[in-house]
Amino acid sequence: MDFDYTPDEQSFRQEVRSFIAENLPPKEQREKNFLGTWLEKVRAKGWVGFAWPKEFGGSDGGLIEQAILKEEMSLAKAPPLGTSMMGLAWVGPGIMEYGTEEQKKKFIPDILDSKVTWCTGYSEPNHGSDLAAIQCKAELQGDHYLVNGQKIWTTGAPWSQWIILLTRTDFNVTSKHDGITCFLVPMDAPGVEVRPIQNMAGDKHFAEIFFTDVQVPVENRLGAEGEGWKVTVSALANERSSIGEVTQLQAKLDDLKTLVKNTKRQGKPASEDPKVRRTVAKFEIKISAMKYNGLRYLTKQIKGEPLTSETSVNKLHRASLEIEMDDFAIELSGQAGLQLRGGEEAVDNGSWSKGALNWPNVVIGGGTPNIQRNIIAERILGQPKD
Amino acid sequence: MNFGFTEEQNLLKDQVQRFMKEACPMSRVRDISNSDSTFDQALWQQAAELGWLGLTIPENFGGLGLKWIDLIVVLEAAAEGLCPLPIASQALASTAILTCASEAQKASWLPAMASGEAVVTLGLYDEAHWINPAAVAASAKANGEGFVLQGKKPFVNDALAADSLLLAVQGPDGLALAAVGKDQVTVTAQPTIDSTKPMASVDIDGVEISGSDLLPMSEEQLAFLTDCGGVATTAEMVGAGAAILAMTNGYAKERIQFGKPIGQYQGVKHRLADMFVDLESYRSLCYFAAWTVDDSPEELAKAVSMAKGYASDAFAQIGIDGVGLHGAIGFTADYDAQLYLKRSKWARPMYGDSDYHLDRIATLGGL
Repeated sequence: MDFDYTPDEQSFRQEVRSFIAENLPPKEQREKNFLGTWLEKVRAKGWVGFAWPKEFGGSDGGLIEQAILKEEMSLAKAPPLGTSMMGLAWVGPGIMEYGTEEQKKKFIPDILDSKVTWCTGYSEPNHGSDLAAIQCKAELQGDHYLVNGQKIWTTGAPWSQWIILLTRTDFNVTSKHDGITCFLVPMDAPGVEVRPIQNMAGDKHFAEIFFTDVQVPVENRLGAEGEGWKVTVSALANERSSIGEVTQLQAKLDDLKTLVKNTKRQGKPASEDPKVRRTVAKFEIKISAMKYNGLRYLTKQIKGEPLTSETSVNKLHRASLEIEMDDFAIELSGQAGLQLRGGEEAVDNGSWSKGALNWPNVVIGGGTPNIQRNIIAERILGQPKD
Repeated sequence: MNFGFTEEQNLLKDQVQRFMKEACPMSRVRDISNSDSTFDQALWQQAAELGWLGLTIPENFGGLGLKWIDLIVVLEAAAEGLCPLPIASQALASTAILTCASEAQKASWLPAMASGEAVVTLGLYDEAHWINPAAVAASAKANGEGFVLQGKKPFVNDALAADSLLLAVQGPDGLALAAVGKDQVTVTAQPTIDSTKPMASVDIDGVEISGSDLLPMSEEQLAFLTDCGGVATTAEMVGAGAAILAMTNGYAKERIQFGKPIGQYQGVKHRLADMFVDLESYRSLCYFAAWTVDDSPEELAKAVSMAKGYASDAFAQIGIDGVGLHGAIGFTADYDAQLYLKRSKWARPMYGDSDYHLDRIATLGGL
């Protein structure tokens, strides 16, 4: 056991820090085209798709270096390394694992160069947590598939150019996990209609999507027909350590502590209230637990030991932190905590009140807490399926 | 960066688990903890021969010269079977000697501790629920060349088994550890919920000790020893927590109600998942805290508070749910689940409960 980094790892960290110091000016000093320049520069460093194989335009980077990169970037509150979060997180890895040579050539460079943004067409009106029961239909008709059906709660659909789409090609199956097929579909294909849905925070980040006689060429199928569930599961397993999330949560905790120091409750400093102190300490412990759980799992991966579903442990912690931290900040600030952005008395310009309405983005997307508990109980503890 | 155990540490874990299975199964644990002495000399000698009592004692004093991260491997694996041997107390006492004693004192104490010949324990505070130098009330006053002691030390772990005891006192020049032999003092058992962790009070009124038996101790050293106690206790909570989770998890797969295994019901499987999440998390925090003892002592206080602050309440709940998910058999005396619930109660306040540690985290974190 050793929590120190090797000289090579330390010098990599230094390299990332110097890069940030040179290329990440404070927000108010940033030029108009800052983001474009930033994306080009991190791409030139080889930090987009850092752990991807070189043959696909990645850097073959190590897992520890990748963790360092994520950690330093989120410490500096840097913009993302690419505009397609889902492209980098699972669409790209999915294509590299299951795609044809043509697909790899066509899609991977655009993901790395932030030219194309991807969304993920999984949930349907009647099938969210029970994802494998999807009904969106794809029929083979010569050189193309005809897709009919509906997706919903699709994050990023209003602005994405492509969608990784889960469909059913076979309805006569004994296991619902069979007969599912995965496609890569342009959002501007005839017959695709996007209707944004406003969420409770007032944003239109997700949408319902209607597919009516959409023709998808056979060469846009990802993996074999009927292999879609395997593609999906391995894509979702591509999330690696949660180091970046930990750093973000730590920054949020620092903001919360600042708020505590500046807040009075019933005329007394909130920082002297035992309940306040213990609540903040519990958040801090949970974030630390995520950090050290993450490092243990990272070590397992480096040693080549299989991870079953341990990442669900940190997902559960993150879910409760996302819900509870903003909520606590609001409670701490009383009526002022309720004020929205721009409001006269808004605390921290309404960031906490916004956050208290935004947690479902993180908490429900990718599997609800109860689904994570099922995963732990069934895949790690070996309990029978429901 | 490597947050995993070495091949040697994994072998050590296997060795302890085998020992618990073969030499110290639960029937023997029950016999030992229900006996008058609450101690088993033969088993103790075996543990000594396997090197477990001298793990963190330097080689020149007869030990193996390893670190706390190695020690907790033993403590965790032994606690899976609720091992009643005073291994943690012996380790804390030897850490106290290494921290507070002169080279000559180390040479006279440590070899006999590593060999198991001397059973030694450590008693720090005189008040329940108060971790503070002011909570050391017993005293040592100058008495010719030596000192005379006054007070009664309560809640000393494994005091009945100990040949010698190191007890915190207020000395003429500040805090100190008074070393006393079992024949000099009156030890009175203080039976608790958990008979596998015997506790006793030690009456030291009027006991005279020589000058070399009073070891000066700074407030920082007292805090360090307290934190080491927190690490040791938490490591045992990892092992005991894992054992009752495994027991409950196995039962949930086999117990059929309403025509299916109870583990198929989400009311049961979600509790099991939550137990796993908590255990996994205080396990990670505990391993990190144990690493800081030798490799990053400036991080120790916070790391211990994270680990014990999480584990105190989490293990208590694991104990309750472990028994509760079993139903009536869980609280049957002959069934072992209840022994783990008792351990969770014992461990909760030991070296600081969650409120103590949460408050300390707030302070260390700038609140």
